[in-house]
Amino acid sequence: MDFFDRFAIPHPSPIIYASMVAIGLTVIAIVAGLTYFKKWGYLWREWITTVDHKRIGIMYLLSALLMLFRGGVDALMMRAQTAVPENTLLEAQHYNEIFTTHGVVMIIFMAMAFIIALMNFVVPLQIGARDVAFPRLNNLSFWLYFMGAMLFNLSFVIGGSPSAGWTSYFPLAGNEFSESVGTNYYMLAIQISGIGTLMTGINFIATILKMRAPGMTLMKMPMFTWSALITNLIIVFAFPVLTVALAMGTMDRLFGSNFFTTSDGGMDMLWANLFWVWGHPEVYILILPAFGIYSEIIPTFARRNLYGYKSMVASMVLISLLSFFVWVHHFFTMGQGALVNSIFSISTMAIAVPTGIKIFNWLFTLWKGKIKITVPMLYSLGFLPIFTIGGVTGVMLGMSAADYQYHNTMFLVAHFHLVIIPGVVFAMIAGMTYWWPKMFGFMLNERIGKWTFWFIAGGTCLAFFPMFISGLDGQARRMYTYSEATGFGIWNMLSFIGALGLAAGFILIVYNVYYSTRYASRDIGDDPWDARSLEWATHNPVPEYNFAITPQVNSSEAFWDSKKNGHKLFKGPFKEIHMPNNSGMPFIMSILFFVLGFALVFSLWIVAIISLIGVFACLAHRSFEKDHGYHISVEEIEKTEAERGGAEHENR
Amino acid sequence: MKIKWAMLAAIFTIVTVLTGCEPLAVLNPKGPQAETQADVIWLSIGIMLFIVVAVFAILIYMLVKFRASKQSDDYEPPHIEGNVIVESICVGIPVLIVAFLSIVSVQSNYEVESSPEGYGEKEPLVVYASSSNWKWHFSYPEQNIETVNYLYIPTDRPLEFKLYSYGPITSFWIPQLGGQKYAMSDMVTTLHLAADAPGEYMGRNANFSGKGFAENTFNVKAMPQAEFDEWVDEVNNTADPLTEKEFDQLLEPGHLGQLTFKGTHLTFLPPPSAENGGHNHGSGSADKHTEMSGNSDNESDSGHSDSHSDEEHSDH
Amino acid sequence: MKTDNTMPLEYKTEQSRLNIFGFWIFLGAEIMLFGTLFASYFTLEGRTGSGPTGAEIFEITPVLVETFLLLTSSFTIGLGVHAMRIANKKAMLAFFSITLILGLGFLGFEIFEFIHYVHEGAGLQASAFTSILLTTLGTHGAHVTFGLFWGLFIILQVKKRGLTPETANKSFIFSLYWHFLDVVWIFIFSFIYLKGMM
Repeated sequence: MDFFDRFAIPHPSPIIYASMVAIGLTVIAIVAGLTYFKKWGYLWREWITTVDHKRIGIMYLLSALLMLFRGGVDALMMRAQTAVPENTLLEAQHYNEIFTTHGVVMIIFMAMAFIIALMNFVVPLQIGARDVAFPRLNNLSFWLYFMGAMLFNLSFVIGGSPSAGWTSYFPLAGNEFSESVGTNYYMLAIQISGIGTLMTGINFIATILKMRAPGMTLMKMPMFTWSALITNLIIVFAFPVLTVALAMGTMDRLFGSNFFTTSDGGMDMLWANLFWVWGHPEVYILILPAFGIYSEIIPTFARRNLYGYKSMVASMVLISLLSFFVWVHHFFTMGQGALVNSIFSISTMAIAVPTGIKIFNWLFTLWKGKIKITVPMLYSLGFLPIFTIGGVTGVMLGMSAADYQYHNTMFLVAHFHLVIIPGVVFAMIAGMTYWWPKMFGFMLNERIGKWTFWFIAGGTCLAFFPMFISGLDGQARRMYTYSEATGFGIWNMLSFIGALGLAAGFILIVYNVYYSTRYASRDIGDDPWDARSLEWATHNPVPEYNFAITPQVNSSEAFWDSKKNGHKLFKGPFKEIHMPNNSGMPFIMSILFFVLGFALVFSLWIVAIISLIGVFACLAHRSFEKDHGYHISVEEIEKTEAERGGAEHENR
Repeated sequence: MKIKWAMLAAIFTIVTVLTGCEPLAVLNPKGPQAETQADVIWLSIGIMLFIVVAVFAILIYMLVKFRASKQSDDYEPPHIEGNVIVESICVGIPVLIVAFLSIVSVQSNYEVESSPEGYGEKEPLVVYASSSNWKWHFSYPEQNIETVNYLYIPTDRPLEFKLYSYGPITSFWIPQLGGQKYAMSDMVTTLHLAADAPGEYMGRNANFSGKGFAENTFNVKAMPQAEFDEWVDEVNNTADPLTEKEFDQLLEPGHLGQLTFKGTHLTFLPPPSAENGGHNHGSGSADKHTEMSGNSDNESDSGHSDSHSDEEHSDH
Repeated sequence: MKTDNTMPLEYKTEQSRLNIFGFWIFLGAEIMLFGTLFASYFTLEGRTGSGPTGAEIFEITPVLVETFLLLTSSFTIGLGVHAMRIANKKAMLAFFSITLILGLGFLGFEIFEFIHYVHEGAGLQASAFTSILLTTLGTHGAHVTFGLFWGLFIILQVKKRGLTPETANKSFIFSLYWHFLDVVWIFIFSFIYLKGMM
């Protein structure tokens, strides 16, 4: 039985046993349901093996929503535990696991997946492309991400979750102080998912730079595509750093190397440096696409073009460059001296300038506009003030001397949540609502959507504003409890109430999806928002080949021009379209990666070696495979186009 | 827009509370370093409030003026490219603000990184503060005494803390005296503080360091020099000497109350030096840690922490 | 599929051009990967703890042989791609084979070198310095090993399917990869071995 002991949870609790049962029942229900409705074949052919960027985007979206709830439950438990002083809801160890998984799940498996979901769905449509540059690689990216996420979540029920914080600082995360396999899960799950992300980065750079519709010069790209390009450039340059750091951490834990240990020359702060050299650009990987989404939504509902297109692009480029030169501000208190701190303090505050330009450009986009308050617009308008508060507190944190007082406190927690929630989460919900009709052919209910917004915006403010105060009063972050004498109780109770508001908002989102799926009208045309960019020039639902005829572009708002100024988007007759074949290989390979990761977590060397050989066998298979795709005939295209009708016909 | 007003109200509440009768620890400084930092914080809050108000004002103006419901149906918004002058202002003002804040930031950073001035010729009191899971050890080499989890300091004299850790990275923080700094296992960092007013202050490890992190606190008592000297004499007369064996036991993971010893651990276990990453205590204590954490099972540990918090209660 | 006959064989189809472009971006990521390893190496170089220093364990002879083998292989793969451009399949296969044999020789010497290090007490666990040294060298070595298999598959495919736009594209991308490994080695040679021995 010794062999099985390693899989036991080191700190079992009723909550964990309950989740084990719940997970087991869910899996059984899914398997039974798929079998009963005979959907296995459908699932395999249409989704698991798909190379269609739209379907991959939707799979990312569903996974991201799933992870949002997983991370959200963590957040609620944290806030519940700290709502009152000396609370005994959770033990210290359990609390530590929860804030660790909350951070990892939200950043790596929720926010990343969400932005990649929207990039996948929207970018090829916005640039008038048939698909991404490497459709099969895209499928592999998704499955690697998904398997990484599943591996990470498995830690909850097998072997124990990581508990050294999402930053996983060594030596705390090393074998000396974290004995459970939790941190192994952290290292390997993020590694697997990170490889997928890196491939997405390569894929989208190639797509955006090489596959744009004729006439779409770089400076005529829609702003979301611009943000996707910059984001993916950051991904390609930042993720390898994480790859190396995680590999070193894994080796320290599994093979006894001495990178970050406290003995034989190991250097704990090297991890912190490498982590944040990736970690800070990562923040901009998340926020730039969000900026891109707002830059699509605000002009649409102000019925005006985006103000200051060029400065918007320039500011994004500047932000992406600066993002690589600010990482030290995550540890001003390391003792590197006033000179180093001063340099990084200035570079950090400098980011406020390009960000400020963007804020003002959005504000000026409203000027002389005709503002229609829809749900996506409501999130965009809510984003501006809340994000400004989060942003200016970031400048305050950037002042190194003062940061000695903010560092590691609730003030910092308040700051980054007030940046990430309005910046990323609002944008994700706004983007999801905005592009939902393109994805699913109906619109989400506006009334429920507005209620949701008020719950989420109000919840955000109530949950995080009190943290500024308790932080300045000396409440360190990551404390599982505090005594009554500290006086932190009231602020934490307010935060908890805010968190409940947020939870209510997220439940309303689910209800809205259910409600709209059941009752919403399917007769919405191809362009329900009266929008401006190319993705709205496709049919609803979008045919698998996206555009029957490659569009001709003359400005950054080609579709608007075609509607208002008589620009002709689609010229020439239909031609045969070449399409890539679906493939099950990426899925199989990702499963092997999952097994490899799991085997390494528990040091099951034989299984690890076999699955690694399996991964290489998949690569070898791919090398020898002849895959020329297939063609869609002109007759078929004509048939589809006639059936779906819509905008293209009007323009032809 | 309800939310705008709600948020304005929230800001006013924050400001009122910040300036209210019970000041927040960080904004209630009791030493020169904390005062510098509090000044910087107030200054930046002021400037940032100006920016926030400007953004809110523009946003509200736009929303009131350009709502679709306030315009005729056939109004078509114009196509407006950027305007060089407007955008220069949008760049210029933030650049000026950031430049000003940069100067403040650099200046104040150099200030808090050097020994506080205004104490005449007084030599700083050097205290070695080292952390172990989940305790603080304070060694006074000059006085040849060592305490655990509490710190007595004289007022009106610069303090120089030498920080390092027997284990995870921790952060030494006494909010009312000044900002924090990391304590790490392979190097010594220096933190300059000073206390102007006698009193008791909260000190803690601010950097997450595992299971016992929440209770990883210490009490700070600042007192006039004479009283401090008295305390030193008393310790020297009454406390037990700190032996190497005793110190090894202190390093074991867990929580301890307040302890006092004659002599310091510096004599037999010198602090780490960064050369070659070689630090003698590192390898030795690392082995011990693994051993010890291997032995201590979880129940006994959590029992430990419970009894500790009970103690804390009775202290209050 | 669009074809462009003014381009060399490996650039002919649109997908081929995308593949090459995508691979360049991948190499950009690889530069960051090795860059991070080098940065970590320089940070940890002096932190030898109780283990040996670089000067104590580095030996010039095997390193020079490795360098010679890898540099030559980079030259021969260049000749191979040239042969491919002038559609000389036989010469191309010969040069690719020589490249792989040289690569295999390099790998043999590197394994020998690793065994030597372990015997000298410079195993992975000895110190932060040996950890980063073996990881950096090992990452490069793993890339070479991967390349050997990849190259072998390409030789087999060219042999069986001839020089098509597809096989030419794969061969060309492989040559980019191989040249890249050579460049990385030059950095390893200069900044790890030479610097360490001085």
